[in-house]
Amino acid sequence: MNLMDKCAVTGIGETEYSKNSGRSVVTLQMEASLKAIADAGLQPGDIDGVIPYGNLEVVAEDFITNLGIEDLRYSAVTPLGGASAVAAIQAAVTAIAAGVANHVLIPIGRNGASGDRIGTRVAAMPQFRILGEYEMPSGNIAPPQLYAHMARRHMELYGTTSEQLAEIAVTVRSNALLNDNAVMTKPMTIADHQNSRMISDPLRLFDCCLESDGAAAVVISSTERAKDLAQQPIYIMGVAEGHPDSPSIITQRPDITTLGTAKAAPRAFGMAGVSPKDIDVAEIYDCFTYIVMCQLEDLGFCEKGEGGDFVSNGRIALDGELPINTHGGLLSQSHIVGMNHVCELVKQLRGTGGKAQVANAGIGLVTGYGDMGDGSVAIMRN
Amino acid sequence: MTDVAYDKPMPPLNRDSKPFWDSMQEHAMRLQSCGNCGKVRHYPRPVCDACHSMEVEWVRASGKGKVHSWTISHHPFHPGFIGDLPMTLVTVELEEGVRMCAQMRDLQPNQLCIDMPVELGYEAATADLTLPVFRPA
Repeated sequence: MNLMDKCAVTGIGETEYSKNSGRSVVTLQMEASLKAIADAGLQPGDIDGVIPYGNLEVVAEDFITNLGIEDLRYSAVTPLGGASAVAAIQAAVTAIAAGVANHVLIPIGRNGASGDRIGTRVAAMPQFRILGEYEMPSGNIAPPQLYAHMARRHMELYGTTSEQLAEIAVTVRSNALLNDNAVMTKPMTIADHQNSRMISDPLRLFDCCLESDGAAAVVISSTERAKDLAQQPIYIMGVAEGHPDSPSIITQRPDITTLGTAKAAPRAFGMAGVSPKDIDVAEIYDCFTYIVMCQLEDLGFCEKGEGGDFVSNGRIALDGELPINTHGGLLSQSHIVGMNHVCELVKQLRGTGGKAQVANAGIGLVTGYGDMGDGSVAIMRN
Repeated sequence: MTDVAYDKPMPPLNRDSKPFWDSMQEHAMRLQSCGNCGKVRHYPRPVCDACHSMEVEWVRASGKGKVHSWTISHHPFHPGFIGDLPMTLVTVELEEGVRMCAQMRDLQPNQLCIDMPVELGYEAATADLTLPVFRPA
């Protein structure tokens, strides 16, 4: 079965993004979910599928209970860390195309700033077990360190520079300044980035994303039903997930400059029947600047090793060849585990991107990335 | 000198990992080798991904390797390492074809380069735990 254009995003919802929500995670996720359902023109009881976030802090039962769902026919989790949101779109599309469910809700939300920070959670996650057994005792513990090994090798092999990573941080920040729902509100220059403190060389503070409070949700429906709903359907042309070699420990990965994205991308583009040159706007999971550059290569926007040049000279700016992270991303809008990226792509393709609207955005791409290398890719059109 | 409580993360020992940590205590690091096809694998796990045999042998590592990549950490991600900062962590490709990550000793960070030859050393963390480190070869 070809899944191209079988489903559409029919509703999106986001809470306020902040550093201290003052509300429970379940409350945040319900607010985002109710907004997404209302945006689609549906009633909460119309939802018959839900894919909660894989950390299982809020589960399918919470949605049945709070939304009054009488017959939830489909539930699943996609445990790919930051790649979960876009991987969940693939799960939703397969379930809907197979006739198992009609309207699948995908919520993500957390108190990532005011609650437990990521670094304190990693050690308890089973996908990081090998790291805990063999590398944490030596001090290789947190994502900025783990990904710094990747970035350093990329720099040594290809001549990539910290200033090129800064281009990503500065571009994404300038987009956040156009967004009323962004946590970061001050401009950033290349010099600001270069003067930010070193976290784990070569990654500086401004190479690292925020940790945030908030929630976002989308509703996925069949294309047939989408045509009768409240919003212009945003069709899902292609979607895929990919897992890297040696997924649970980067050290043993044959090529540490390649992510699972490289396996997902050909499948997503193949399903969609388009190529990177057809993409008008891209929302790239940006936990770290380097991870953006690496994904742009793995997605085929440029060759491996050319990412540094690709992100320079305004190419990824709003008026550039490939505008990225028009909402400000995880680096400067908020860390909502990439569901804010999905919502933003839908806005861009609806033409409701506000001050950051990319002119004539017809086809767009959104990625997820997480758990040391998992990648997910969705390509959508209006 | 009074004992100070060891406050860095400890490796959780289990049946798959204990032979490795025992070999570190003996200053004679051993790696898993497939009992059927001989492929060396690291970190320890139950199945050979080449032939799917669950037969395991443990072979002595030469301790020789070369730098594959590195990071120099300045931020205290764990309170136990605050006194070690900045610390250099190297990813090393061992002669046996597998890699491992450990702290680098006796080298200025700006002297690091890809493929630099290094050799394994042993450092007692506690009476029961010996950690790997690398030094220029």
